[in-house]
Amino acid sequence: MINAGIVTVSYIIATILFILALGGLSNQETARRGNWYGIIGMAIALIATILGVVTRNYTILLVALLIGGSIGLLLAKRVQMTQMPELVAILHSLVGVAAVAVGYVNFMDPTEHLVGVELTIHDIETYLGILIGAVTFSGSVIAFGKLSGRISGNPMILPARHWLNLALLLGAIWFGREFVMQSAAGGGMQPLIIMTVIALLFGIHMVMAIGGADMPVVVSMLNSYSGWAASATGFMLGNDLLIVTGALVGSSGAILSYIMCRAMNRKFLAVIAGGFGTGGGSPAAAGGGEDQGEVVPIEPLETAELLANAKEVMIIPGYGMAVAQAQHTVFEITRTLREKGVNVRFGIHPVAGRMPGHMNVLLAEAKVPYDIVFEMDEINEDFPKVDVSVVIGANDIVNPSALTDPNSPIAGMPVLECWKGKVSIVLKRSMATGYAGVQNPLFFEDNTRMLFGDAKATLDEVLKNL
Amino acid sequence: MRIGVPKEIYDGECRVATTPDVVTQLKKLGFDVAVESGAGDKSSYSDDAYREAGCEVIDSASDLWKKSDIVLKVRAPESEEAARLRSDQTLISFLWPAQNPELLKQLTDTGATVMAMDSVPRISRAQKADALSSMANIAGYRAVVEAAQHFGRFFTGQITAAGKVPPAKVLVIGAGVAGLAAIGAAKSMGAIVRSFDTRPEVKEQVESMDAEFLMLDFEDDEDGAGEGGYAKVMSEEFIKAEMELFAKQAKDVDIIITTALIPGRPAPKLITAETARSMKNGSVIVDLAAEQGGNCELTVPGEVAHVDGVTIIGYTDLPSRLAAQSSQLYATNLRHLLTDLTPEKDGNIVVDMEDEIIRGTTVCKDGETTWPPPAPKLSAAPPKAKPAPAPVAAKEEGPRSFVGPAIGMAVAGLALLGLGAVAPPSFMAHFTVFVLACFVGYMVIWNVSAALHTPLMSVTNAISSIIVIGALMQISSSNSLTMWIAAVTVGITSINIAGGFAVTRRMLEMFRK
Repeated sequence: MINAGIVTVSYIIATILFILALGGLSNQETARRGNWYGIIGMAIALIATILGVVTRNYTILLVALLIGGSIGLLLAKRVQMTQMPELVAILHSLVGVAAVAVGYVNFMDPTEHLVGVELTIHDIETYLGILIGAVTFSGSVIAFGKLSGRISGNPMILPARHWLNLALLLGAIWFGREFVMQSAAGGGMQPLIIMTVIALLFGIHMVMAIGGADMPVVVSMLNSYSGWAASATGFMLGNDLLIVTGALVGSSGAILSYIMCRAMNRKFLAVIAGGFGTGGGSPAAAGGGEDQGEVVPIEPLETAELLANAKEVMIIPGYGMAVAQAQHTVFEITRTLREKGVNVRFGIHPVAGRMPGHMNVLLAEAKVPYDIVFEMDEINEDFPKVDVSVVIGANDIVNPSALTDPNSPIAGMPVLECWKGKVSIVLKRSMATGYAGVQNPLFFEDNTRMLFGDAKATLDEVLKNL
Repeated sequence: MRIGVPKEIYDGECRVATTPDVVTQLKKLGFDVAVESGAGDKSSYSDDAYREAGCEVIDSASDLWKKSDIVLKVRAPESEEAARLRSDQTLISFLWPAQNPELLKQLTDTGATVMAMDSVPRISRAQKADALSSMANIAGYRAVVEAAQHFGRFFTGQITAAGKVPPAKVLVIGAGVAGLAAIGAAKSMGAIVRSFDTRPEVKEQVESMDAEFLMLDFEDDEDGAGEGGYAKVMSEEFIKAEMELFAKQAKDVDIIITTALIPGRPAPKLITAETARSMKNGSVIVDLAAEQGGNCELTVPGEVAHVDGVTIIGYTDLPSRLAAQSSQLYATNLRHLLTDLTPEKDGNIVVDMEDEIIRGTTVCKDGETTWPPPAPKLSAAPPKAKPAPAPVAAKEEGPRSFVGPAIGMAVAGLALLGLGAVAPPSFMAHFTVFVLACFVGYMVIWNVSAALHTPLMSVTNAISSIIVIGALMQISSSNSLTMWIAAVTVGITSINIAGGFAVTRRMLEMFRK
C-alpha cells in the first residue's frame, strides 16, 4: 500500500523515538513523556510494516495482535509492584521465543536464494539469533521461577559445572560449523535443532547456578540478551530498525549488569559462573562461627519514641520490605514523622531487592515522594549526622565487614554505612544471615537495636505508637 | 504483686526509686504500686501526682514494708530497714556488696531475694538497666554545673564592648560515662575542653564530642582497658608520666574534673596537693571520685574546700543534687529490670537464675549469698581491639598493565578487518548501524537515573519486541506452517509490547514529588 521508502523513513522515525524514550528516563519528569515516545515509535513501526510489507492474512494478524495486546494489558494491570522482577523476567522469555521462531521461519523460507559468503554470513546470523533467543528464553523462565519462588532461590551447583558450560559452548560452535556446511548443501535443520536444545540447556544451567542475591544481575543480563537477540534477528532480516533497537536494549542491559556488579564489587564473570550465596564457602562459615557478642532487642513502642525524638531519620529498605509488603506502612510512618518536622530520607543501595531500581518502584507505589529517596553515593557521607537509621529487611547491603574484613565473601562491596549514625534499628524476622551467608557485625554494634518480627506487623505497631 | 517504694532515709538523699510516669508503666506489667507519703517530695514528685498515676500512698514506712512484695529503693538499706525485710520479699536497690559485707550478711540471713542495681552486668543487653551509667551521666553533667557555680567567669569566650573574655579551659580526667557527660556539658557551655584517659580506645569518643584528647609521651603501648570496659591499674612509669602531664596542664586550665575510678580499689591520686596549688587563682577542681577517697589529695569528701584560691568540690551526692532527673532515670532502669523479671507481664516476678542479667544482679536468695556472680561471658566493649584491619579498598585502582587491553583491542581490530575483507557491502552497512547504535545506547543509558532502572528494564523490554517486525514480514507467507508460527509470534510479542509499555506507564505514574 505504501512504498519501501516510506517504510524506511517510518523506521528511522521509530528509531529516533526509541532513543528519545530511553533518554527521557534520565529523570522522573521527562520519563512519562519518554514512555509515550516509545509507544508512538512502536505504533509507527507496526503500522508502517503492516501497510508496507504485509500483503495478506490481515485477519489473523489483527486477531493475534488483539489477543496478545489484551493479555499484556491485563498482566500489566494485575501485577503487584513487588512482583515486577518476575514480570520482567517472563516478558524477556517472550522476546527469546520470538527470536527463535522468527529465526526458524526465516531459515525454512524457500524464497531466499543466497550464495557464497552472503549465504554463510546469513546462516551465521540466523544461527546466532536462534542461539541467543533460546538462551534468553530458558534463562528467563528459570529466573522467573526463582523470583516467584516456584524454584528454590539457592544456587544449584553441579559438579564440574564450568567444564559443562565449556562443553556446551564448544558443542554450539561445532554444530554451528556443521550447520553452515549443511546449509550450503541445502540441509541444516538437524544441527540447528540440536543447537537449540543445547542453548536451552545452557540457559537453564546458567541461571540455576546463580543465587537469589545475584538476581538483579541476572535480570539485567537477560534484558541485555533479549536486545542482542533482536539485533541478530535484524541482521538476519537485513532490517536496520531491529538492529538499532536491539543494540540499544542490549547495551542498556549490559550497562545495568555492570552497575549491579560494581555495586557488589564482583566480576561479571564471577556472577555468571554462579555459586554465590552457597553458605558453604569456608570464609563465610568461619566468620559466622565467631562469637560476636549480643544483640540488643527493642520494642515497637521504644522505636516509635526514638523516631519521634530524632531530627534526621534514614530508612534503608531491602528485599525484606518487599516480601512483607511493608512499603505502605513505611510511607505512613514517613508522613507522620515529616509532619512532626523530622527529616526522613531513604537510602537505596543499587542491589537492594531483586531487580535494578526495585526499591524505588515500591516506594513510589506507596507514594513516597522521590525527592527524599536517595542513592547510596548521595547519602553515605551523611550518616554521622543521622539520629536513627531504620534498616528494613536488608542485610548484606549494610554489612560493615564488607569494608573491614578482607576475607569476607562480600569484601570491598560498597555498603550503606548506617553504623556511623547514632542509632540503627534493624527490622528482621530472625538472626538468619543474608543471601551471601555472611554474619553481619552490624547487629552486634553497641548502637544497633534489633526489632524482631514481621516487618509489616512491627511497623504497624510503631505507627500506632507514633 | 505489690511494689512498695519507701522514702529514702539516708541523710541528704533526695532521689526516689519510682516516678509517676514509671508507675503507669509498672501497672502495665501487672503490678500494684504503693509509695510512702512524701517519698517524692525532694525530687519534686508530689503524693498527688503518684495518686493520679494510680498509685497508693501509704503514710507510715513500717506499713509500706509490711504490705509490699517487692521493695524498690535507691540507697542501700540502713540496718533498721534491713531488719524489716521478710523472706518472701524482694528488695532492689543500690547495695555495694563489696564495700558492705555486714549488710550483705544481714540481708542474706533474712532469706529475702535482694538485687543490687550496682551489680547489673556490663553486657549490651543489660544497658537499659544499667543504673550506674545513668547516675554517672548525671554526675558528669552536675559536676560542670557545680564548677560553673564556683568559677567566677564565663565558660564561653566573648568579645564585648567592655573587652575580650577568654573561654574557660576545662580538663576532664577519665572519659567514662561521667567524663563524657562532663565533656558534653562543658563543651555546650562554650569552654575549651581537653580530656585524658588511660584507655586509648576512648580517644575516638572524646574526639567525637569535639574535645581534645591529650596523648602521653610514653614509649610502651600500655593499654589501660581492664575487664568490663573499666580502667585498670597502670604501671609506675605510666603513672609518673601521667602525673607530669597533669602538673603541666594544671597551670594552664581553669577547671579540672576528675572521674578516674578503678573498680574495687581506692581512687588513684592523680592531682597532688602541689599540682592543685599551682593552679590559677579562682580555679575549680571537681572530684567525682570523692566517695572512693578522691583523685585529688586536697579533696574533702562531701565538702567544698578552698585552698590557696583554688576551690575543690568533693560532693559525693551529685546525682541526688539533680534529684528529679536522676529519680526518673533510675526508676526507668528499675522498670527495665522488672520487665525482664516478669516475662508473663502478669505482675509476678520470676527470678530466673539462668538469665545473665538477673543472675548477675541477684546478691542473695533463699538465705544464700549469690555474690559475686560468675564472670559475665562478654564485656560491653569488644574484649580486645583486634589489630585494626586495613580497610578494604572498594576497588584496586592500581596502574593497570596496558598489555591486556592492547592485545584485546588488537585481536578485535584484526577480527573486524578480517570481517571487512570477506563480508559483502550490505552486511557492512548494517554492521556500521549496529556499532553506532551500541554507542548511542551506551551514551543514553548512563544518563538514566538509578531510581528509574526498573522502568528502564520494562521499557527496553517493550521496545525489544520490535522483533515483531520479523514476524510481520513472514506472516504473509503462502506456507501455512510459516504463517501460523508467525501469527503466534506476533501474538506473544504483542503481549510484550502492550504489557511492557503499560507497566512502565503504571510505574512512572507512581513517581511523584
